[in-house]
Amino acid sequence: MYHNPEILESLKKVEATRQERFANKDNIARMTADEKDAILKAYHPDYKEENFVNLTVGVNKGDKVPHELAAYLQAHSRIKGKKIDLTKPAYDVDVLVIGGGGAGSSAAIEAHEAGANVMIVTKLRIGDANSMMAEGGIQAADKPNDSPAIHYIDVMGGGHFANKPELVHKLVTEAPDAIQWLNHLGVEFDKTEDGTMVTTHGGGTSRKRMHACKDYSGAEIMRTLRDEVLNRGIPVVEFTSAIELIKDTEGKIAGAVLMNMETEEIMVARAKCVVIATGGAGRMHYQNFPTSNHYGATADGLVLGYRAGAKLLYADTLQYHPTGAAFPEQILGALVTEKVRSLGAQLVNKNGVAYIHPLETRDVNASGIIRECSDRDNGVDTGTGKAVWLDTPMIEMIGGEGTIMKRIPAMHRMFAKYGIDIRKEPILVYPTLHYQNGGLEISPNGMTGIPNLFVAGEAVGGIHGRNRLMGNSLLDIIVFGRNAGKESAKAAKDVKLAKLTLSHVAKYEKELKEAGVDTKLVSPKLLPNYARNRKDI
Amino acid sequence: MEMVTIYLMGKKYEVPSNLTIMKAMEYAGYQLLRGCGCRNGFCGACTTIYRIKGETELKVCLACSTQVEDGMYIATLPYFPLVKQVYDIEKVKPTEQIMMQLYPEIYACIGCNACTKRCTQGLNVMQYIAYAQRGEFEKCAEESFDCVMCGCCSSGCPAGISHPQVAMLARRLTGKYIAPNCEHLDIRVEEIARGDFKATMEALMQKPLEELKELYNNREIEK
Repeated sequence: MYHNPEILESLKKVEATRQERFANKDNIARMTADEKDAILKAYHPDYKEENFVNLTVGVNKGDKVPHELAAYLQAHSRIKGKKIDLTKPAYDVDVLVIGGGGAGSSAAIEAHEAGANVMIVTKLRIGDANSMMAEGGIQAADKPNDSPAIHYIDVMGGGHFANKPELVHKLVTEAPDAIQWLNHLGVEFDKTEDGTMVTTHGGGTSRKRMHACKDYSGAEIMRTLRDEVLNRGIPVVEFTSAIELIKDTEGKIAGAVLMNMETEEIMVARAKCVVIATGGAGRMHYQNFPTSNHYGATADGLVLGYRAGAKLLYADTLQYHPTGAAFPEQILGALVTEKVRSLGAQLVNKNGVAYIHPLETRDVNASGIIRECSDRDNGVDTGTGKAVWLDTPMIEMIGGEGTIMKRIPAMHRMFAKYGIDIRKEPILVYPTLHYQNGGLEISPNGMTGIPNLFVAGEAVGGIHGRNRLMGNSLLDIIVFGRNAGKESAKAAKDVKLAKLTLSHVAKYEKELKEAGVDTKLVSPKLLPNYARNRKDI
Repeated sequence: MEMVTIYLMGKKYEVPSNLTIMKAMEYAGYQLLRGCGCRNGFCGACTTIYRIKGETELKVCLACSTQVEDGMYIATLPYFPLVKQVYDIEKVKPTEQIMMQLYPEIYACIGCNACTKRCTQGLNVMQYIAYAQRGEFEKCAEESFDCVMCGCCSSGCPAGISHPQVAMLARRLTGKYIAPNCEHLDIRVEEIARGDFKATMEALMQKPLEELKELYNNREIEK
């Protein structure tokens, strides 16, 4: 239920044009390659040069990154000035997984399956992760009209051909196996009565290969993985962060310094291999965007890895999900799944015009909304900013009554809590900071340039190039999570650790000083600071 | 800005009326280390108990998606000790016996419906437990599908049932053993393992950028 007169006036226009838009829904033109390039350059936040700086320290010196990320990459270590006894580890394992989301849990399960002594450490609880919040689905080319090759072309094109081909190859060829693995673990995919997967399009896909579990896809996958981790008895140390990586005197990775989030007790975990599965960075609020991300999404893994000498790839590219909730204020920035558009909801401006194809890639659609809400002045004023409409009632015109409750119950619930029935009323949306396209660079075996340091999930850079397609993130956490688990368990068998050291941390501090970086910040950030009247901790 | 009076762990604060409980805690100065996850109703990390001044009923909710009200007495419950039994998913079978073995307490349900009343997702919790008792796992899975495992239901159960874990087991049994098998998936996995796509994929990876762009820009899009 909307009350604001300006919103109501625009809503009338949306309703007035709905029948006609419905009749013409298959005739909305797709943009040409040139049109897409132009709109991205003019409106996408990645192209706002003033919001980026070049790094002055570390292996990516000279490369541009968002200035908020630069500040945390080039900050002091949390262990600066602390005496840490590396000879008495509290934990001693083959594989240490940092992060308890989908990638970390998949890695832990596979490492355990391969016989490794594996442990998960996570600063919140296992399952408190962006994986849990992924709504729309997971891609895999498993239908007769589809193939890994067609999936490959979609991924490369969506990523503006910047993707690392060997990583995309792994992603698409191992996708069907990932779905089967999840299904065998008991994940309930949407199927027809004969077992055929119910699949839809995502923005930028050329085949309907989006598998889903209603609009709780990530939650269903994550809670199943968590249950499996617990069934296997894999130790999970919760409310404990990793604040620095440890190496040995030969330069191999050798564990991590841990911190109890509540007591701030420092502990050492010695490990033959480490998997960074720390996820994304939405809570860094790049360019002051709201975010759809989890509370813990603060780019910790990038900071840990970078300080240890691992290379970043495409850290300057972020994904702004076109449809973040813009109203009501209580859910500002919350994700409105792309599946809403897959099911037929159009993007409509304040005059009731469907100004763009709803399934352009995310970067293009986000740019389109920003254009409507700025230069074209076609945005609706919500009281906290401008927005466009996502015409949800159209879903039931296309799919029949009941489609919304069956296919996107979470979206219905999210808005119903604030008195908006998305079956009858459209919703207001604006781009929200959603995904870190870039991250730490890996080889197809999941390893960084630092021996025995693996990365999986959103902390990896290169799989998705400069823009990720819907449904390829849930896919990548499973494919590359499992991969990191298997490969780290294998690598751990031959590892003989030399003496443990934190000399790389001291070296980095020295470089900061030499580069003249003057900062009081410490990193990793660990959690955002939303407490009023408190300085950054 | 309209303000309301709330009591966080017994201490009085004035906060803007449009905030969620979670944001009100932050407004009051809390830096949350626990009891905060997805901040949008998907993860179940922020279970919270409250009572409205003058009322007797103790209510439960998720702090991230419940708006503050005047006179709200709020206590967070950032961890709820659910009972999670361990099992081997490869060895269990989707029969009534498995529930009797792992979660026998579900048969002690007295039908008070406290679980359903407390569900933050509005699910019919008592009904899905009834399905679990009868071994109707598919129905239990469907009825419980939107569960975020916050534990609110269990916090009021006189029989000591850990409802979310019962439902978790039912869903995994359904997904693995009861739901129809997907043949086109099995076929594709086999084709890939056999190397059917190997040559095409390798050729594709070698293609010059311009050729790949041509393929992308002219690809056929399924209607």
